[in-house]
Amino acid sequence: MGRTIIPIGPYHPLQEEPELFSLTVEGEKVVDIDVQIGYNHRGIEKLSETKTFENSTFLVERICGICSTSHPYAYTRAVEDVFPMQVSMRAKYIRTIIAEGERIHSHLLWLGLAGHFLGYNTVYMWAWKLREEILDAMEILSGNRQNYAMFKPGGVRRDIKKADIPICLKKIDSVVPTLDMLKNAVLDDPVLHARLKGVGVFSKEAALEFSALGPTSRASGVARDVRKDSPYGAYEEMRWDMIVTENGDVFDKAVVRILETFESIKIIKYCLNNLPEGEIDARIKDIPLGEGIGHIEAPRGETFHYVKSDGTNRPQRHKVRAPTFMNLPTFKATVIGETISDATIILAAIDPCYCCTERVAVKNTAGKLLYNGQDLVRMSQEKTARMKRVGK
Amino acid sequence: MTREEVLQDLQTRFGDDIIEFFDKSPHRVYIEIKPDAIVQFGVYLFRTLKARFNIASGTDIPPKIEILYHFIIEDINLLISLRIKLDRDNAVSKSLGAEIEAVNWIEREMAELLGITFTGHPDPRHLLLHEEWPKEVYPLRQDYEEWDETADRTRGV
Repeated sequence: MGRTIIPIGPYHPLQEEPELFSLTVEGEKVVDIDVQIGYNHRGIEKLSETKTFENSTFLVERICGICSTSHPYAYTRAVEDVFPMQVSMRAKYIRTIIAEGERIHSHLLWLGLAGHFLGYNTVYMWAWKLREEILDAMEILSGNRQNYAMFKPGGVRRDIKKADIPICLKKIDSVVPTLDMLKNAVLDDPVLHARLKGVGVFSKEAALEFSALGPTSRASGVARDVRKDSPYGAYEEMRWDMIVTENGDVFDKAVVRILETFESIKIIKYCLNNLPEGEIDARIKDIPLGEGIGHIEAPRGETFHYVKSDGTNRPQRHKVRAPTFMNLPTFKATVIGETISDATIILAAIDPCYCCTERVAVKNTAGKLLYNGQDLVRMSQEKTARMKRVGK
Repeated sequence: MTREEVLQDLQTRFGDDIIEFFDKSPHRVYIEIKPDAIVQFGVYLFRTLKARFNIASGTDIPPKIEILYHFIIEDINLLISLRIKLDRDNAVSKSLGAEIEAVNWIEREMAELLGITFTGHPDPRHLLLHEEWPKEVYPLRQDYEEWDETADRTRGV
């Protein structure tokens, strides 16, 4: 059978990192995959060497729109690791609240898009409607729906007002019943079971070999979460569960994300109800010679920052590692052997490149366009529709 | 194994390869080793001690180029950073990516951004830079200068 190469990508405005996937297919089956990144390499690490420690916080906040908390959080922890520094408990609580708010809205964003690609636009509408409530709550707390600008080395930039807490709690509580309904609707749906179970299985061994992170590894039975393994912020202060499932397929990745949303709500509510009094900023003056590492659990996995200081007010080296850097290569282990109509949702399950499917184009080797991105989404949706009919 | 046992084990096993052992804080240890020992040391951490590979970070500090391979042993919350120093003019190191899949990409990135050659790397293509990027121009080196005279770097500010 003739082989065909399908390029997916490289650009889409919603994508945080433009990338090109070249799928080699035989008929419907994917037999090889290659990834090219770097289309939008912005040189942030180099740029950071020209900014002061304080200003770099704003720079790393702009690495990614959805992870606008993860990067500043990891970065500030890296700076605080250069020399021993005490961050106040109140600042830690505020940081935790912002970080978990980000996790909820990021997971809901993923859930909505996953629903869309499978032809479940109701899930998409509901998930994004709920996400709005969370973004509103974040706006009450920080003044912004995205790019909260709350972090600074040594603490947080703004305090949370006492009067805002009940309003915020009410907003978050209003989400829970609908989210619960959505959870049951998704997890009990027989068509979704048929469509997602056993698809794109990522084994535990592969997860360890690739050093996969976040929900991608937890869905494969690897109990790995920076919040539990290397506790930081306020995560040690309350009881919450790490969600781990065993099957490693797309369905389990969805389950992990949905259940984590509930854990995040639990954490935020605890933090808002038990916010300790005190200073919010340690007021650092100088960063001495040395090096520091900061790592935190972002919605997609561990974000890792390394900062080397030569005693001046700028970092000599600043290394940024987003979770997608480790999760992206796992496609080699999950997509090969699956069909094209499943490739979109498997690529999406790792949550980096969701939006690039809009740019998918299937070409034969002579370069003639066979399917575009919309066609692939349509194929994926039609497969679900076929299964629905069979199920009835 | 506890934290102390792990560190003791590493020191006895790789005593000859360790140049400097810096026990920085309860959760951070920096070990400078001979460049030749990186594969052996890295594989021991990853496979035997079941450490997770975080990432590697290269830094240009003339006259040396320094690479840190960061590993974390999650059970004991210990981040171990292996440091190797290479000659800047002849930056060649054995590839750890040949043994551990997770290291594959970051070595490709360091190769093109810092000009380090990783011998035995399974996939030595560019990762971030375009294939037509000029040879021996390494963006993360200290002496990097604008090479493209036609590039417009004004960003409207």
